[in-house]
Amino acid sequence: MALKILTEHIDKPGIETFEVYRKHGGYAAVEKALKKMTPDEVVEEVKKSGVRGRGGAGFPMGMKWSFLAKPEGVPRYLVCNGDESEPGTFKDHFLMKTIPHLLIEGMIVSSYALGANKSFIYVRGELMYVIRILEKAIAEAKAAGFLGKNILGTGYDLELVVQPGGGAYICGEETALLESLEGKRGNPRNKPPFPAVKGLYECPTVVNNVESISNTPWIINNGGDAYAAIGIGRSTGTKLISASGHVKNPGVYEITLGVPVEEFIYSDEYLGGIRDGHYLKAVVAGGSSVPILPANLITKTANGEDRLMTYESLSDGGFATGTMLGSGGFIVMDETTCIVRNTWNFSRFYRHESCGQCSPCREGTGWMEKVLQRLEHGQGNERDIDLLVNVAKRIEGNTICPLGDAAAWPVASAIRHFRDEFEWHVRYPAEAARKGAVYMPENVLV
Amino acid sequence: MLNNREMIAFTEDRLAQAEEIIARYPEGRQKSALLPLLHLAQEQHGWVSAEVMDYIAGKLGIEPVEVYEVATFYTMFHLEPVGKHVIEYCRTGPCCAMGGEEVYDHLKERLGVSANQTTADGLFTLKEVECLAACGWGPCFQIREQFYMHLDNAKVDQIIDELSK
Repeated sequence: MALKILTEHIDKPGIETFEVYRKHGGYAAVEKALKKMTPDEVVEEVKKSGVRGRGGAGFPMGMKWSFLAKPEGVPRYLVCNGDESEPGTFKDHFLMKTIPHLLIEGMIVSSYALGANKSFIYVRGELMYVIRILEKAIAEAKAAGFLGKNILGTGYDLELVVQPGGGAYICGEETALLESLEGKRGNPRNKPPFPAVKGLYECPTVVNNVESISNTPWIINNGGDAYAAIGIGRSTGTKLISASGHVKNPGVYEITLGVPVEEFIYSDEYLGGIRDGHYLKAVVAGGSSVPILPANLITKTANGEDRLMTYESLSDGGFATGTMLGSGGFIVMDETTCIVRNTWNFSRFYRHESCGQCSPCREGTGWMEKVLQRLEHGQGNERDIDLLVNVAKRIEGNTICPLGDAAAWPVASAIRHFRDEFEWHVRYPAEAARKGAVYMPENVLV
Repeated sequence: MLNNREMIAFTEDRLAQAEEIIARYPEGRQKSALLPLLHLAQEQHGWVSAEVMDYIAGKLGIEPVEVYEVATFYTMFHLEPVGKHVIEYCRTGPCCAMGGEEVYDHLKERLGVSANQTTADGLFTLKEVECLAACGWGPCFQIREQFYMHLDNAKVDQIIDELSK
């Protein structure tokens, strides 16, 4: 049985309550950090752990913390990003609703490390029931003396506020999230200045994902070195993977980074393989934004090596033959999936979620959706495929925030790996327009 | 008979809640309460009218336009009257992989409406939404705070029957 850092106690009855969580060792990290460690020592352990941002970007968390400006007399803020809206990703939803105190314990330890006295947990508004679970847990922690004034008699004060979003994917981008938290439209900010210097209310701010923060109690209890010993290379620790699509056992899995992708898909310990009578066609490994890979490239790299569930191995080969670990939203598609239809679906998502601030994204996402829609419905022509590649290229890198890239990559990668299937839609329009029709490209199937 | 102004105002409970929310933020940053207050208003009225937005602007000491621009940006706020139950159906890829499109067709047929329409009896409004972060438990939709997951045609019928009683 693999080591579980986040989900070890997830099945214990009543784990959502303070009492049961505490009985299983909960809040020990708060006691240790606040009573026996300085804030800098906490930062040091998180740095040593090598834990990387679990929201998708994979930036080292300790390094992000060390960038935080600390001018005299200016408040600093920690904001937890629980906006989880990346298609294919539902791990933070699962973690917060099942074991809310883990995030709260992590928020206390992390806020202490950063010198924040008021911290925010921003949760997408659709998860109002989760917000209520978190608020109840916060009240319990406060009643037990772990939040509020003079926590555990150490003189440290902390208040936690849970903030609802309003239904906007873009607010998962950290500066859009801060705008939203200030009561504005979620338009991402130009950087610099980075939030570490000028974030919430123009004060130095760190924004971290739910899963990232939830790792800190274990790191404090066991030490950064112990965490760094788990996993492979710069992919340290464990990762929550949200698995969906055509597998036997969809759900949230905590894996040790380094598990082979093939084992993750086919072993009974994880996804249990593709649903009966079907076979693997493609995988989107890290949420809808990352490049899609055909079956042969998801389990093996272009060099024929086993592909592993790590940041490095999944991106091996760059975008030509690789992808990204991203948020860990692992979407599995069998041979019944029409790649053109799925790409159209994703492109509609990005058109819907573009904030409209930058022209390449605002206009380009709409164009891609329209062109994909006509291809899928047998109304496209040969030039449309290159047009899509062209538009994707003109969006990528030309926008304030990464939503533009996120919209471009699924389209560009689908054409890169499944061009035959797009061409088939042009060549056989009547068949392509038939409901449920799927092209079977022999060359990309294992 | 309540006059218009009283109908727009928060109920006593919600007013207390609103004041508690406004007090959460640092001095001078009360605008941060805008999204929570819009949710609170929608919980009370089912939707958010321009008059309600003006009322919230007054509560926060901001210009009405600052509320309008936010309410129109975020997709959760209903800016027109809706039915008793608003069904927010996920139409994004992973749910579709699990048969979400077929179940959606069934739901539309069952209700006799398409997206953004309300049934003649005023019971249901159908809305299409993007990913609800429940991909492994799809197909799914949401009604207010409740998630309905692992949907199939039979389950949809059962839910609609239940809510029609």
